[in-house]
Amino acid sequence: MNVLLILPLLIPLSAATLSMFTWRSRRTQRVLGVVGTALLLGSVLMLLRSVSRAGIQVTQVGAWPAPFGITIVADLFSAIMLVLAGITGLSVAVYSMVTVDRARERFGYYPLLHALLMGVCGAFLAGDLFNLYVWFEVMLMASFVLMALGGERAQMEGAIKYVTINLIASALFLAAVGMLYGVVGTLNMADLAQKLRDAPRLDLLTAIAMLFLVAFGIKAAVFPFFFWLPASYHTPPVAVSAIFAGLLTKVGVYALIRVFTLLFVQDLGYTHTIILVLSGLTMVTGVLGAVAQNEIRRVLSFHIISQIGYMTLGLGLFTTAGIAGSIFYIVHHIIVKTNLFLVSGVVYLLRGTFELKNLGGLYSSNPGLAILFLVPALSLAGLPPLSGFFAKLTIVQAGLQAEQYLLVATALMVGLLTLFSMTKIWAEVFWKQAPAGSNAAEATGAVAKRGAAWILLAPIIFLAAITITIGLAVEPVYLLASRAAEQLMDPTEYISRVLERSF
Amino acid sequence: METVLALVIGALYAAGLFMMLRPSAVRLIIGISLLGHAANLLIFTIAGLTRARPPLITGGLTTASAIADPMPQALILTAIVIGFAVQAFAVVLIQRVVQIVGTDDLDQMKTTDS
Repeated sequence: MNVLLILPLLIPLSAATLSMFTWRSRRTQRVLGVVGTALLLGSVLMLLRSVSRAGIQVTQVGAWPAPFGITIVADLFSAIMLVLAGITGLSVAVYSMVTVDRARERFGYYPLLHALLMGVCGAFLAGDLFNLYVWFEVMLMASFVLMALGGERAQMEGAIKYVTINLIASALFLAAVGMLYGVVGTLNMADLAQKLRDAPRLDLLTAIAMLFLVAFGIKAAVFPFFFWLPASYHTPPVAVSAIFAGLLTKVGVYALIRVFTLLFVQDLGYTHTIILVLSGLTMVTGVLGAVAQNEIRRVLSFHIISQIGYMTLGLGLFTTAGIAGSIFYIVHHIIVKTNLFLVSGVVYLLRGTFELKNLGGLYSSNPGLAILFLVPALSLAGLPPLSGFFAKLTIVQAGLQAEQYLLVATALMVGLLTLFSMTKIWAEVFWKQAPAGSNAAEATGAVAKRGAAWILLAPIIFLAAITITIGLAVEPVYLLASRAAEQLMDPTEYISRVLERSF
Repeated sequence: METVLALVIGALYAAGLFMMLRPSAVRLIIGISLLGHAANLLIFTIAGLTRARPPLITGGLTTASAIADPMPQALILTAIVIGFAVQAFAVVLIQRVVQIVGTDDLDQMKTTDS
């Protein structure tokens, strides 16, 4: 029994339970929120270190041997994703202390946040497909309630779309899992990988692969399944938007990468070509949608979609360099996107609106915040020396190696349009004069207190520092990503570690 | 038997999708739950139907083909429990939506779309 593998599930579970017991004390729940997520981050960092040194870690729950029991497994890719979940969780928990209102805190915001993190961590650690489904549901259930909590009209409208599309995706996922069991007779991913590699090529398997592609594609907001995202992600409070934008769609991308490197590699010419085409279309439609928007969070929501295209592009190339690029891109994207949403929340607290036309003049009143916006914004657009430049560079290099020139050109064009969007936000929110009649001087109560302002800015500075650090120290991060990619491209270690019967 | 169940599953999927495409929020929930039932029944059928051979290994019985596979049933049981919880939540959500928006017409809930 490897304790490090259990802790990412146990810590959020305990934190959620304790928060429930301290239902009446909002202060205790806040402290539990920060302490719980900090412990989570600590434990997943230790897990990453141990996976990086000693290879893939496996625990068979209840000591039932692998294809029969429940397997919890962490390879480098899982460990990296867990660390990202920890970073996002901690940042959002700190940020929530001052931004989440009294009513939401009283009705279980913090327990839900922990439950959400538990579902996300569980999905990253699941060693068989049915458990992946169950963890997806845990995550979804928490996210449904977080989305609807507060009961504003926009939230309700967003929630109904979010809930419906996710339930459809879950039903498809479940059907695909059932069919795969019917064909292969196992659901343990390592066992499946082994059996599918020996099996003859079957058209039915390709059909099942497409079902998985649709189910995870909906959750990852890949073209043409993305309409729910810009309709819902901008409706809940900023802290919730930030953790959704940072983490949730990336769980879908994680599942896509896992399934299409480990299981469905029989018919690469068909499945991965489809992924490539979808990636190109995802990038283009996402960025074009963003250009048309005039509200900060809607612009940022559309950019999530276009960025998802880059991540699946690396998967579609199906080379070690491509997958490494995808992983690097996910690392960069989660941190940057969470940060941008957090900044948008500060802008809202300062001016009381997300509409670009009603904003302005923040550079002269809050130059520090403007700089803190520029770091993730320019990183998202891919300017050196920030993390986004190297993330795009690795993807583009992998694309050139695989001779996908059209997609590379698309990726570069999309990068340019991203820069356009980010400069639009910059110009409208920070640079131009505040429009006449706006309540420029009127800071809301939350930011007026000096201590509260630092609590707001701390996670933003933390995430911006990570972005800059990744940009300045690319090599260790890239090496980690490419080692994770090697593990994904050659799953023999994964299979043998999971299926070994020594305990 | 498989053929009959395949038709039933197809009909359930069709009915579920049809209900989801209606403008009424209540029908949306009915559609979602029909879709869930279809998926459960699909797992049940595709894993192979074995009649009257419970998965209890008594003395002398060793071949796997002689008994029903308990695994899909365990999967379905879990999926039903999850589906029940999710549908219960969806019903409550719909009720709140109808209260707050003041209509159950989904076509009028598009102010957050872009």
